[in-house]
Amino acid sequence: MKVTLFVTCLVDLFHTNVGKATVELLERLGCEIEFPEAQTCCGQPAYNSGYVKDAKEAMKHMIRTFENAEYIVTPSGSCATMFKEYPHIFKGDPQWEPRAKALADKTYELTQFIVDVLKIENVGAKLKGRATYHTSCHMTRLLGVKDAPMRLLKNVEGLEFVPLPNAHNCCGFGGTFSVKMGPISEQMVDEKVHHIEEVGAEYLIGADCGCLMNIGGRMERQGKPIKVMHIAEVLNIR
Amino acid sequence: MAMKIGTGEFKERIEKGIHNSFMRGAVAGAQERLRTRRLEAAKELGNWEEWRALGEEIRKHTLENLDYYLWQLSENVAKRGGHVFFAQTAEEANEYIRDVVVKKNAKKIVKSKSMVTEEIHLNPVLEAAGCEVIETDLGEYILQIDDHDPPSHIVAPALHKNKEQIRDVFKAKLDYKKTEKPEELALHARHTLRQAYLTADVGITGCNFAIAESGSITLVTNEGNADLVTALPKTQITVMGMERIVPTFEEMEVLVSLLTRSAVGQKLTSYITVLTGPRNQGEVDGPEEFHLVIVDNGRANILGTEFQSVLQCIRCAACVNVCPVYRHIGGHSYGSIYSGPIGAVLSPLLGGYDDYKELPYASTLCAACTEACPVKIPLHDLLHKHRQAIVEREGKAPISERLAMKAFGLGAASSAIYKLGSKMAPSAMNPFTVNNRISNGPGPLKAWTEIREFPAPGKERFRDWFHNRQKGDHQS
Repeated sequence: MKVTLFVTCLVDLFHTNVGKATVELLERLGCEIEFPEAQTCCGQPAYNSGYVKDAKEAMKHMIRTFENAEYIVTPSGSCATMFKEYPHIFKGDPQWEPRAKALADKTYELTQFIVDVLKIENVGAKLKGRATYHTSCHMTRLLGVKDAPMRLLKNVEGLEFVPLPNAHNCCGFGGTFSVKMGPISEQMVDEKVHHIEEVGAEYLIGADCGCLMNIGGRMERQGKPIKVMHIAEVLNIR
Repeated sequence: MAMKIGTGEFKERIEKGIHNSFMRGAVAGAQERLRTRRLEAAKELGNWEEWRALGEEIRKHTLENLDYYLWQLSENVAKRGGHVFFAQTAEEANEYIRDVVVKKNAKKIVKSKSMVTEEIHLNPVLEAAGCEVIETDLGEYILQIDDHDPPSHIVAPALHKNKEQIRDVFKAKLDYKKTEKPEELALHARHTLRQAYLTADVGITGCNFAIAESGSITLVTNEGNADLVTALPKTQITVMGMERIVPTFEEMEVLVSLLTRSAVGQKLTSYITVLTGPRNQGEVDGPEEFHLVIVDNGRANILGTEFQSVLQCIRCAACVNVCPVYRHIGGHSYGSIYSGPIGAVLSPLLGGYDDYKELPYASTLCAACTEACPVKIPLHDLLHKHRQAIVEREGKAPISERLAMKAFGLGAASSAIYKLGSKMAPSAMNPFTVNNRISNGPGPLKAWTEIREFPAPGKERFRDWFHNRQKGDHQS
């Protein structure tokens, strides 16, 4: 199966290991990976800050870039959600709305793609240790992907999974919120870190690099020994 | 603007909230309780999503035909002997109510809970006219005796206080000598309030839903105070926001069920009272005179705009009870009697961007509010629409941000600029990088690195790795 990878700007620049793990994992599951080099960012930072006109230019660029893809897969619930939003954003635009809809219809978050399209729940991964999972807001509430990561993690050999208390509360990332509303963001991420510590997790796993950068960056500053991993990295360990 | 509470800039207010550990403990505890109860009540009803869809449909239909239902409501109130007054502004509403009170030569007024009278700031007007005004909802009563502390939650106005603090207020302001036990506190308040009901000249209430087909008003309480406020004084004045209306009893029943389950996790509250007009001949209680004051105060301006759905709100506070931002800053930080996600959407619309332009940004757009809303208001979308309006229509965004976003837009829309920029990033960040980490970043990174580490951009981007790997594949 041919898969077109939308790697996201955060992974391209800061978390290259997540991109590598995504490629290796999907290849192992029988996919052929294509990476359109023209890809940039989904436009979310500008869009969510209210700069819709500026963001739309980025969106049009991404629509053009991924036009020929059959399946678009991305290791981010939030960026997948943004692609899914495109048809609403271009609503009423005769040229761009249908193209945006075509893009949205073939976009999948990584775990969603593995479970729903490839129909695989055990990828043969192994990781020994006690882990908890951060359910990111956009992926859970807006994209509606709740079960897929849990099903995949359940089948990781050696992994002891502990649920995270108050998992439904946002970690305080929120893109530019994390810098615009720093003092509030700090309280939110501290509560999240408190719960991760409380359950005695050695690993914090998530499916969105934004949230993981926030929680991981805070834990690192505080010298917490908890290892942060993207779910693609976990599923790629054999 | 009357709905405004507190002083100081938004940043000062949130600092104050964050450092109020009593309030934060009380809010976090209340959020856990109310959220759990709401989810249980929704599950117990079954088909919750279908109920939400029905609730949304009823509210949308009513708003789309609001002119008709307002006309029908006022006709029916008048037919039953009541008086209707349409107030376009807070001042008009206050003036009308004051005139009624003065005409009745009223000295004592009892009130049941009403957010719209907080919004129009009615109490000071009545006090200036020489009346004693007594709040009878226990939460509102506590705040009133505590030197008019403003409400911090639309359903539980004194949510920011714990029982020890309430005991201290009672001791300082009333002749109270007992403990912080809720039963003892409530009993003391009840003795005082019972006397007030019996001696009041006028009763003022809010309105959960007005029923257009009969000219009735619905009051939902757990304390029964609204029943005494409406049964005993000779004159009743009910104040409602112009959107708080349902076509018939059938829709009222659906919305009351959504309201009580969403607000407090109850199938029904202890008292759900439907009142129609003044006392009829032969009836033993109820007011001799009934006035319905329908308040616009900026609501009509929201109709027909991209924000119309905010008027679907039934004031259950389910969004407030799940909001992770409200959780840490509390209601007073919003600077408005309407706090939490609904407050962050509504306050800028009713009170203007000059006072409330920060509120739409006090959200991670996590959508917990949208998910919780029983009438499906897309709250996080509306917060986003505010941001767009502030940036693109009002031009109120800071210039540095505008330039940064313009640059972002250009970079993300052009693969050439993106590729060049991302290639240069590691060397640009080099002076700030230690062990692949940025601990004290420049520009927008500064706020990030005040509390967290930031990963330094790697020399090899993902795209470089992929490119080289493909090349390797071709060579082999």
